[in-house]
Formats: sequence, structure tokens, C-alpha cells
Amino acid sequence: MATEREFLSGSAGSRRPRVLVAKPGLDGHDRGAKVIARALRDAGYEVIYTGLQQSPEQVVAGAIAEDVAAIGLSVLSGAHVPLSARVLDLLDSEGAGRTASPEDRIPVVVGGIIPDEDRRALLDLGVAAVFTPGASLGEIVAGFDTLCRASTQEAVDVGAAGGTDLP
Amino acid sequence: MREGTDPQVEVDYAPTEAEHPGTFPYTRGIAPEPKVWVMGQYAGFGTPAESNERFRTLLDAGVTGFSVALDLPTQLGLDSDDPRAVGEVGRVGVAIDSLADIEILMDGIPLEAISQVRTTANSIGYVWAALFDALAEKRGVDPNEFGLFIQNDVLKEFIARGTQIFPPEPSLRLAADCIAWCAEHVPNWTPLAMSGYHIRESGSSAVQEIAFTFANARAYLDECLRRGVSVDAIAPTLFTFLAIQTDVLGEVAKFRAARRVWARLMRERYAAQDPRSEQLRIFAFTAGSSLTAQQPLLNLTRTAIEATIAALAGVQTMHVSAYDEALGVPTETAAMLALRTQQVVAFETGLTSTLDPFGGSYAVEALTDDLATRIWELMESIEEDGGALAAIEDGTFASALADAAYRQSLAVEAGEKVVVGVNRFPAETEPLEVFRVSPDVEASQVAAVRAVRERRDGAAVSAALARLRDDADNGRSVMPSTIDAVKAYATIGEIVAVLKEVHGAWQPSANF
Repeated sequence: MATEREFLSGSAGSRRPRVLVAKPGLDGHDRGAKVIARALRDAGYEVIYTGLQQSPEQVVAGAIAEDVAAIGLSVLSGAHVPLSARVLDLLDSEGAGRTASPEDRIPVVVGGIIPDEDRRALLDLGVAAVFTPGASLGEIVAGFDTLCRASTQEAVDVGAAGGTDLP
Repeated sequence: MREGTDPQVEVDYAPTEAEHPGTFPYTRGIAPEPKVWVMGQYAGFGTPAESNERFRTLLDAGVTGFSVALDLPTQLGLDSDDPRAVGEVGRVGVAIDSLADIEILMDGIPLEAISQVRTTANSIGYVWAALFDALAEKRGVDPNEFGLFIQNDVLKEFIARGTQIFPPEPSLRLAADCIAWCAEHVPNWTPLAMSGYHIRESGSSAVQEIAFTFANARAYLDECLRRGVSVDAIAPTLFTFLAIQTDVLGEVAKFRAARRVWARLMRERYAAQDPRSEQLRIFAFTAGSSLTAQQPLLNLTRTAIEATIAALAGVQTMHVSAYDEALGVPTETAAMLALRTQQVVAFETGLTSTLDPFGGSYAVEALTDDLATRIWELMESIEEDGGALAAIEDGTFASALADAAYRQSLAVEAGEKVVVGVNRFPAETEPLEVFRVSPDVEASQVAAVRAVRERRDGAAVSAALARLRDDADNGRSVMPSTIDAVKAYATIGEIVAVLKEVHGAWQPSANF
């Protein structure tokens, strides 16, 4: 079996920054978030996971306190637009949002069950990348690599993972 | 002629000396005669009125039970106008705030004509039982005349599904309040669906799915027995709720092994006397994690295979997922095709004529023996290490699942586990029409719950909530006072807030 390192080898090398993987809102499905957290960790990131049922305020406070380079939001409940918008607004008011300088800005990546039109809405809001069901771990890690390297934050529309509420 | 059976074939072809269906340890099935399973489809979204309309459509189409999907604020005991509910109202299920919503949800649906009303109430299982008891009373219907099926398996929420409200120990006691009350007052209800489905969906093996589930079940049973309820009053009311993945032989063997292990557990560890206590009733649900967003029509193929597996294994209730569920809440077309899939399997394949047709197969019998042995050993080792509550509190279950889920993702990534349309045979397909919950749902539900608070008798609500608080403070069952509270139109949020003051809130873990 291929090791984590092998499939992520394209992006291996230098030491990577700290990122926050968050479960905002009420959605309790954390399989995907934990898998992404492990994949990022195995790719060299220092990963902080928030645990379930976090408010946008808690997510942003955690991101600022830990001085992270990027935030990954995992939302499978359909509430991705209002939750992401709130996180972006709070980052703005912390000086780490959309109008901040590239070195102060904390890009936000969103993953979940996100219909096409919402993906566009999220990117228009200022979300840096959107992953929907089917995105590979390699693509997601590469997305973080690009964002954490980039001095300018351009929308990276990649593709990845999730389901509706479990029965 | 029995429905769905063919007079030209035998119910069982096993030789006389072999194990037969309907006999201990029930590997081959819990009944000696075939019976078509209850076809319940999981549905619910938006407002109670919108869900009521979908349920009526499904009933007209031939479902014999249905399942109420609840939105997350409801499952977490937050009213629709709670600030934490913003964006979540009516999304993954229907929003229910009080008895007024249940009245609308079930409007025009004859309770006594439905064999099974399922729901995803877990942390609020006791409130759900109270709501339907109150509804039955208002309608003048004996609650035993219909089958309420409450998931109420809050322990597995800590392991897999994530809608826990209170810390594990008080959560267990509230679930036991509901189980014990139902066993005494409404034995026709299922007050606990011992749920392995979500454990499997979180990445577990088939062995872990059953072993963790039965370990949780033992915690509920032990808590009820401590209160003086007999095992034979509870066990016959239970169901287990398991996943069906596409591994045909492995999954048929899993269901057979689960029945055998349960029968042995009841006999050897609980000294059950009633044979029904030993007969594991199974609700099988096609695995959401087997569905793909890519080439989504392939999901019709997958779920048809999974439904066939459940028919081969002999289950009592089934749900088939809609092909568009990797993309959102099902459209009506997709939900209908899922029901029709069940009907094709039930009425065209002949699988409802002969029981346990894999019985005696070298492969399936060997797999069944192996799984049953390993499930028993894992279940016993959990018990020796302090039981399910300890394994939840120290994170043993959660980390085992996170390990397994990551290994599976790596295997898919490396192409070692084939997923057609994902890592083999990819193809571009036209985007599907996806279901959209109306954006007006939240505002309309917020207005509705506020109107209920305006028009009810506030003093009656306060008195009922005060009694609830007193019962919880003093370790008494919360069922009687919860029933009084819902009858006075107290909201679920108000009931849960009272208990949060008593029990405190669960604290999330940052482990991954």
C-alpha cells in the first residue's frame, strides 16, 4: 500500500505552516474533517482541529489566537453560505479578512456538500477555495499549499467530500 | 398466499438437522415464515407543512412506514429562533419546535394506519416520545396502535453522528428514561434503535459496527436493569439499525452474525427468558458513504445491490437511499425511485419466498462464523475495559474510527479500493438537478414558534418546566414531566435548556 507520503509527495519538502480545520455550526459529521486534518498533518502542516459545534466566533477567535495561515471549514448540513459569510465578516473585523494585506490575510477554504451555484456564491463572497464530494486528498492538500504560499489570494476553484444528514 | 411469496418454492431447503430460521440462535432469521419488510423512506425538510406533503405523497406511493428527518437545531434542542440555529432551520430535515409542529406534520395522516414512524431523535428521544404520546392523546388514539420508532441511541452520537447535547453519563440516563417508560407504557414502540449505521459510515469495519453497537446497547440495558426493569420487558421492543455496503457476501454474513451474537448475548449475559428478547430485529439502510457525487446515476445500481443484500439476509425494515444524496436532500423523483427499488426487490426477485437462501453456503457460513467470533471477542473486550461509557469518555471508539476512515481514504487515493466513477472509469456527466430548501423556511418557522409562545398558557408551561427541573435535579425519570410540558406547548428548546442547567453541556474534543 502506498504511504501517505507517497501520494502527497508532489507537495512534500519544506516545513509547512499552521492551519485550522473547523466544524462551524451544528453539523456533526466529522469523518471528512478528521481525514483532511490527518492528510494535512501528514503533508507537514501543523493542524489544529476545533471539534464539533463551533460558532463562527469561536472559529475566528481560535484562528487569530493560534496565528494560523489558513482556515478550512467543513460543513455538510447545507448552512455553508451563512456560516462562511459570518466567518469572513469576523475575519474582516479582526484585520485578517478580505481587505487585509496578503501577509495578514487568513484565507478560508470550504469543503462540504455544496451545490454549484453556492460554490460560485462562496467564491464571490471571498472564500479562497471550495472542495465538494470527490476531491482527492492530494488536490485538497495542494489547494492549501497554493494558498499558504500565495502572496495574493486568488480564488482557487478545486473540486471534493460529504453527504446529507445521516438518517 | 403470503404476500410476496411464491407457492412453487420452499421457504427453507435446509436438512432437518440443520439450524432453521426462527430457531435459536437465529442466524438464519428470526421468523420461520417469510414476511415482506416494512418499507420506510427517510424524508423531511423545511417546514412541518412541506414535510407533511412529502409524507402523504410517499404514503400514496405505497410506503408502509416513514422516517422523519429532523433539522439540526431540533436534534440539538435549539428552537428555530435561537441565534445558533441561523442557516440550519429546515435544512437537513424538518424543523420541529413544539407539539404544534407535530400536529401539522401528521395532519391528515392516520396514525393507526402506519406500522412505523421512525425518527432521528437521539439527544431528544425522550421529548419525541412525549410529543407522540401527546399527539395520540389529542387524536384519541391508543399509542400502541401505531409503531413509533425512536433512534434514541445517544451514545453513538458521541462516536459517530455528533448531535450530543449533554455529557455522556446524563445522556445515557435520559435515553434510559425513554426506554424504560416506553417498555412500560407503549410496548409496541421501538424506544431504541441500536445504531451501527453511523459507526460504519464513520469508517468502521463490519466487526466494529456490530461490536460497538452491542456494547452501547449493553450500557442502556444495564442502566434500565438497575432501575428494576426486566430484560424481557425491553429487549423485545428494540431494533438494530445497520448499514448495507456493496460487499455482498460480507454483508449477508454480517447480518447473520449479528443475529447470532445478539441471541447469545441475551441468553448468556442477560438470562433472557422471552424468545423475542433473543430475536434481533434489523433495520437495514443502504450506506450513504457508498454513494458518489460523480456519475450519480450509478448510485441506483449500488443501492439496488444493497437492497438485494438486505433481502438475502432477511431484515425487518429497509430504507434505500436516493441516487442524489451525495449532492443534497433528495428530490421527489429520486426519493420515489428509491422506494420503487425496494418494491422491485421485494416483489420481483423471489427473495421474499425463501428464507436465508445463503444458509449452508461454504463461503457465507465461514464468513458468518468468523465475524460472529470476532464480534463477540471485541464486544467482550470493550466490556472488560469498562464498557461503552468508558470507551466514549476516553476517546477509544472515536480514535479507532478516525484511524479506519483515514486508511480508507488513503486506499481510495492510491486506487487500492476501487470506486467506479471516482478512481476508476471516471467520466464527465451532466450536473443533476438538486433539491433546494426554500429560503423562506427559516423566517416562517421563526414566526411560527413565536406565535406558539404567544398563544399558549404561559403559567402552565412554567409549572411544567419547574417540575421537569425538579425531577431532573432529583434523579427521577423526566418522562412524566416532559409529557406535561409538551402538552402545554413548551418548546423543545425550553425543555432542553432546563436540563442543560441541571446536567451541563457536552465539551467537544479536538482530537483527530
